Amino acid sequence: MMKSLRTHFYKCLVIAVCFWGSVQHASAQMENDGIMIPKNYLCPGVMYGTSSWKNYWEGTFKRNNGNIGTLSTKMYSAMVTYGITNDLITTLNVPYVTTHASAGTLAGQKGFQDISINLKWRGLKIKQGKNTFSLIASLTGSIPMTNYEADFDPLALGSHSKNFTARGIVDYNYGAAFITASGAYMSRSNITIDRSSYYTTQLIYSNQVELPAMSDYNFRAGYRSKYFIAEAVADISTSIGGFDIRKNDMPFPSNRMNMTSIGGNLRYRLKSIYGLEFTAGDDYVVKGRNAGQSNMIHGGISYIFSLSKAKDQVSYKN
Amino acid sequence: MKRHIQNQLIVLVLTGASIFYSSCKKDVISTTSLYGALAPKNIDLNADTWTPVLVTDPTVFTVAVPDAITSPSYVADLNEIKGYQRSLTSDQKAIIKYWSAGAVLRWNEILRELVAKHNVPPYQNIDGTYPAPNAANPFNYPTFPFSNPPYAARAYAYVSAAQYDALITAWHFKKQYNRPAPYKNDAGVQALVPQSDLPSYPSEDAVVSGAAVEMMELLFPADIAYIEQKAAEQKLYRIMAGANVRGELDAGELLGKQVADVFAARARTDKAGTAGGNAAYWKSLEDKTTVKGEQFWVSLETPKRPPMLPLFTKVKPFLFDTLTVVTLRPPAPYSTHSAEFKKENDEVLSYSKNATRANQELVAFWADGAGTYTPAGHWDAIAADEFVKQSYSEVRWARNFALLNMAEMDAAIVCWDTKYFYFNPRPTQINSAIKTLTGIPNFPSYTSGHSNFSGAAATVLTYLLPDRGTKFTDLAQKASLSRLVGGIHTRQDIEVGLSTGKAVGQYAAQRGQSDGAGIGN
Repeated sequence: MMKSLRTHFYKCLVIAVCFWGSVQHASAQMENDGIMIPKNYLCPGVMYGTSSWKNYWEGTFKRNNGNIGTLSTKMYSAMVTYGITNDLITTLNVPYVTTHASAGTLAGQKGFQDISINLKWRGLKIKQGKNTFSLIASLTGSIPMTNYEADFDPLALGSHSKNFTARGIVDYNYGAAFITASGAYMSRSNITIDRSSYYTTQLIYSNQVELPAMSDYNFRAGYRSKYFIAEAVADISTSIGGFDIRKNDMPFPSNRMNMTSIGGNLRYRLKSIYGLEFTAGDDYVVKGRNAGQSNMIHGGISYIFSLSKAKDQVSYKN
Repeated sequence: MKRHIQNQLIVLVLTGASIFYSSCKKDVISTTSLYGALAPKNIDLNADTWTPVLVTDPTVFTVAVPDAITSPSYVADLNEIKGYQRSLTSDQKAIIKYWSAGAVLRWNEILRELVAKHNVPPYQNIDGTYPAPNAANPFNYPTFPFSNPPYAARAYAYVSAAQYDALITAWHFKKQYNRPAPYKNDAGVQALVPQSDLPSYPSEDAVVSGAAVEMMELLFPADIAYIEQKAAEQKLYRIMAGANVRGELDAGELLGKQVADVFAARARTDKAGTAGGNAAYWKSLEDKTTVKGEQFWVSLETPKRPPMLPLFTKVKPFLFDTLTVVTLRPPAPYSTHSAEFKKENDEVLSYSKNATRANQELVAFWADGAGTYTPAGHWDAIAADEFVKQSYSEVRWARNFALLNMAEMDAAIVCWDTKYFYFNPRPTQINSAIKTLTGIPNFPSYTSGHSNFSGAAATVLTYLLPDRGTKFTDLAQKASLSRLVGGIHTRQDIEVGLSTGKAVGQYAAQRGQSDGAGIGN
């Protein structure tokens, strides 16, 4: 069993964000990597992330806004991953979010955002010498936990839609070097807002808003050993539809939000307290449309242990 | 076996996800698109005797004597209808469905849309000043107009009042020429809208659109192409529906434009064009307030934006004269140095600190801020939903919207007069800890614009629809309260604003009581 654990790289930290100007696409970051945990293992964890932006893109026009100043978002997440089999894992994530604008009069928001559940299934694994090649399917569903106000961008906690993401992942390792590429499609349900009409490119008399679906391409590469991961990440997230914010208008949930971000993560698993893992990372939006140029720093702690044998935790000390 | 179970699980999850997905993805349909065809309960044949707003003598307008229904030109017009009716496409049927809900209604909606489109404050210049829209060059950024609440209220009033007078005038000619609708003259013409005994020359629909186009080209000059496309579509609708021949539409359009020109001439000289003031005037407002020993209003925007339309008080009202504007001005608010004033702002702070989801909802529903049709447009939308249920004639639709929107415009004038007379600071200016649940408007606090608009609208609508009981006054209370709990206004702002608005609304109700139309069916 110990041997089998070593052959699995794991990581169960989740970054769940879906607010204006932050890393919109990433309903659960772990849903886009190539890492699994073994059967009957449980990995609870907590994470903290903070993102901020001063500049944003209004359509394609890049600007700042003296009535917003710096918009900062903090997120506290609790999550747990469970290995159903060695090739099928599930993760539940509960995020709590706060938003704040440093200037202007708009009130910051706080509250539980969207609970998400992810299923990740490794359909194929080919190992040959130092080469390992895996194909993984990842499905994520998320539902708002509270009745937070979606139509309050850029300070809204999220879009308040029910989202469903399907992703295909290709993961390749050569020794400790790895590369992971994935593509996803996220559909978002209509949302109900508090007013009876709204203007997009025309006036719509309804409290229902259709949100554009999104596509996401994620690339990550780096070093991955038993105890340590260092990776660079690039992400391209694109709205399929939606409209641009008009000059000097307020943003709206059905805007066309695009973001390209680059970043990196470090993960370290302690040898002294076996099962304890630390993660830290940063993502920076380099290009966007109807989105903030956010920089997001995150860090977390998780602990993995087996449910099968009571003494597993102890035996991990090696 | 294990793999088999796993595959089944995946299939189950995928199926579940797709059911979940399909259950919450529906096309968003505007509620206004569901309105049925207008079938007036009463054609209000006596509307030519109703009191118009500006027009005193219908005979000064030119409406050519119609051709005899046996004339070749009329027969040709009938053949045009028959030609369309032989092969209506689904798009053409959709046009009929859309416009058959009513001309006044649809033009009011089009106006609301243009208001929302243009209700965005200009972006600052590099030096921190703000550019002003220019009517002479409407396409240049910032495009003309910035249809903020006073501008919008005035636009709704002019379009509605012009349509009302144009229809009264049209009724005069309808009765004079007394030509039945095409489907009554020729059995080969189908009526694809409810039939009417109203004489059809000149076309009331074209009168409405002619007046609307003429006014809107003045008020929204950058959207002429869109406006004219809508007017052309409406004309086509009447022909395809068998409701008018082309000659009736041309005559109606011409009449509508002539009557609207009377209103356009008034609009050009009603002093709205100079309501923005200038730097010296803005400064004088501060000085005047300081002399009174009060703290003056300061823009909460960065960079500081000049106050919105400080001279809107000078705009010529519809329901009373400019002297009455001054008499309607409420007494001074609590001194900015008084304990009462502090207490008022502390109450706002407490709402700000304890924002509930219910309050957020109230604030968002009534916010009617940037990018919306403004409070006056919101009340038009509320009114339209009610008027649809009443099956009014077009002329009654126009008259009721005219009463409502003249009250809204005049409420804006009285409210803006009050705001700039006292130049009273917003709660957030008094205490920066007061955060707001919607954008804070860029003009003084006392009294609340939303409360003035809502008080006036509720008074007019309650007069028009007494069977609705307290529905409209309840809505007005909510609209007003939303500004307090949203951190935008103090209690005195909303309470005094509501009662001033009611007083303005009374002028419209009184006008309605004596204009010969009554409250109708």
